[in-house]
Amino acid sequence: MGSTRDTYLSGRQLNALNEIFGAPGLGRRSLLGGGAVLGAGLAGGMIVTPSGAQAADAPAAEITVDQARTAPIPIVIPSFGPGVGEQITGVLTDDLSNTGLFKVIPSSANSGTPDFAPYKAMGARAAVTGTASGSGTVRVEFRLWDVLTGQQIQGTAYTTSAANWRRIAHIIGDVIYQRMLGEKGYFDTRIGLISRSGSIHAPRMRLAVMDQDGANYRVLSSSQTKLPSFNPVRDQIAFLSYATAVPRIYIFDLATGRQHILGDFNGVPLGPHYSPDGGTIIVPVARGSGSELYSVNIASGAKRQLTSSGGAINVSPSFSPDGSQIVFNSDRGGSPALYIMSASGGAARRLSYGSGNYGDSVWSPRGDLIGFTRIAGGQFSLGVMNPDGTGERIMTQGYTVESPTFCPNGRVLAFCRRTGGENGSARIHTIDITGFHEHAIATPEGASSPTWSPLNV
Amino acid sequence: MRLKLIGTLAVAALLAGCANDHANTGAATGTGAAVQPSGPVPGSEADLVANVGDRVFFDLNQSGLTSDAKATLDKQADWLAKYPQVTVQIAGNCDDRGTEEYNLALGQRRANAAHDYLTAKGAAGSRMTTISYGKDRPTATGDGEDVWSQNRNAVTSVQ
Repeated sequence: MGSTRDTYLSGRQLNALNEIFGAPGLGRRSLLGGGAVLGAGLAGGMIVTPSGAQAADAPAAEITVDQARTAPIPIVIPSFGPGVGEQITGVLTDDLSNTGLFKVIPSSANSGTPDFAPYKAMGARAAVTGTASGSGTVRVEFRLWDVLTGQQIQGTAYTTSAANWRRIAHIIGDVIYQRMLGEKGYFDTRIGLISRSGSIHAPRMRLAVMDQDGANYRVLSSSQTKLPSFNPVRDQIAFLSYATAVPRIYIFDLATGRQHILGDFNGVPLGPHYSPDGGTIIVPVARGSGSELYSVNIASGAKRQLTSSGGAINVSPSFSPDGSQIVFNSDRGGSPALYIMSASGGAARRLSYGSGNYGDSVWSPRGDLIGFTRIAGGQFSLGVMNPDGTGERIMTQGYTVESPTFCPNGRVLAFCRRTGGENGSARIHTIDITGFHEHAIATPEGASSPTWSPLNV
Repeated sequence: MRLKLIGTLAVAALLAGCANDHANTGAATGTGAAVQPSGPVPGSEADLVANVGDRVFFDLNQSGLTSDAKATLDKQADWLAKYPQVTVQIAGNCDDRGTEEYNLALGQRRANAAHDYLTAKGAAGSRMTTISYGKDRPTATGDGEDVWSQNRNAVTSVQ
C-alpha cells in the first residue's frame, strides 16, 4: 500500500490554509472557523492558521433549502482564470448545480467589486469572484457577494499544493452552500464503495473510495470485500473481507493504508455498521438459520448481543444520531421489515407495515428520516419514512435500487442502481431526499454499496 | 444457463482426465489421440455434478428443503460416504430480489440448512464448510422467476 498511501496523503493535505479578508462592516469571519480541526490527526507538513471564531453577527440565511428546491438560487460564478482556475470553476459549478438548489450563471468578471446592476437584472441572488494563481503552489482567492446589498458576505484565500485544487473547489462550494442556505454543505466529502469488475457470475469486488463527485477514484483492497461502512468521525472504513475461508471484519485506515481485524465471532459476520461516535460497530452474526446483532466496542473488543430472535435474520442496523436507538431489518415477523429498538438491545417495535419486503434501514444524520429499500412485485423502491413509521415516501424505483447512505447533512442519499441481465450494470447514484435531482456518479468500473464519509476534516 | 455451466464443467473434467492419462501411462511420444476416459474421475467435482447433483434449489425467500432438495442431498450424503477423503464447501446463494445484506444472511441460512441435513445423514461436520455469497454469484442472469429460481440454491463443491 506504500505508494497509494503517499499519493493519498499528499492529496489530502492542505498545506497552509486560509487568510481571512475582513469584509467591510461585517467583521472578520470565516466559515472555516473549524479550520483548526484540519490539522487534527495528520502529522507533518500541515500548517494550520486558526481563523478565529465565526462571527456572532453572521446573518441567518434568508433562503431555506425547501425554498431553494422550488426556486433554485441564481448565483453568478465566473472563471477563476486560466488553467487550475478554470478547473476550480468547473468543479464548483458542478457541485452547486448537481444539488438542484442553485442555478449557476457563468461570468467573466472574476476580480474586483462586481457591477451588481446587470446581476440584479438577471435575478441573481449572489455572486462569486475568485482567482487562482501560481503553479506548484496555488493561491486561490474567493469572495461571495450579496447582489441585493452589494456587500461582501465572505472572503477567503487558500494556499496549497496545486494537486489539492479539487478540494479547494469543494471547500469553496461548501462555504457558499452554508452561507446561502444556513446549513453545512457536503461537497468536501468522499464515498466508500465496492468496485465491481469481471464476470457478473463471480464479480471481483474490491473496496474503493472516491470524492463525492466521483473524482480521485482509488481501489484500496485486492481481495474480495463487501458491505463497507465509513467511520462517522475518523478516516477509516470497516468492511467484510472474503480473503479467508471464513469472512472477517476489517477496519481500513485511509491515512496509513493499514488494516486490522475486528475480532472473531461465534458464527459468520456480515456487514459492519458504525455508531455515530465511531466507537462501536454493530455486526450481524449468522449462525444456524438466523443472524443476531452484536455490538463491538472497538477499543476494548468487548461484545454484547443485542437481539435474540430465535433463528430470525437481523441485519442492516443503523443508529439514531444521538446513539440511543437502532433501526434494523428483520424477518422475525415472517418477512423482512423494519424495526426499532434501544441501542442496548431488547424489545423491538415494528416500523414498516406496507406490502412487500423492506430492508437497508439507514437513519439520517439529521435524525428526521429513515431511508430504506422496499421490494414488491419484483421491483425495488428507495424511500424514506419518519422515525415513528409514518410518512413513507418513495423517491425512486428500478430493477434494483438499494444500499442508501445519507450525506452528512442528511439532504441527499447515495445508493446503488443496478440493471438486470447478462450485461447488467451497477452504478452509484445520488438523489435529493425529495426524490428530485437523481444523477449517476461516473466510475471507471461497476460500483455498489456506497457509504458516505463525514465532512472531511 | 444451467446446462451451459454443466457443459463447461464436463469439458474441464475431460481435459483433466486427458492430463491424468498422460501422466499415468508416461506416454511421451504424443500421438495426440489419447484414449478418452469414459466419464468423470470418481470422487471428483465433475463426478458430483454429473452423477449426483451439486445443488439444491429453494423457494422464494425460503430456506426449507423441498422433497427434491432432500432427494439430492440424500445422494450427496451417499456419495460423501463412498469417498471419505473428499471435503466439500456448501455455498448458499440468492436471487437478486433482496437487499445485499439480507441476502448474505439468507444465503448462509440456506447453506446451513443443506449442511445440517447432510450432517444428519451421517456426513462428518469436519468435512464440510459453508459460505454465503448472497446475490453475488448468480448462475443465471436476467429477470423473471425462471432465472431467479435457478439462483436460489445451495451448491456443494469439492475442495
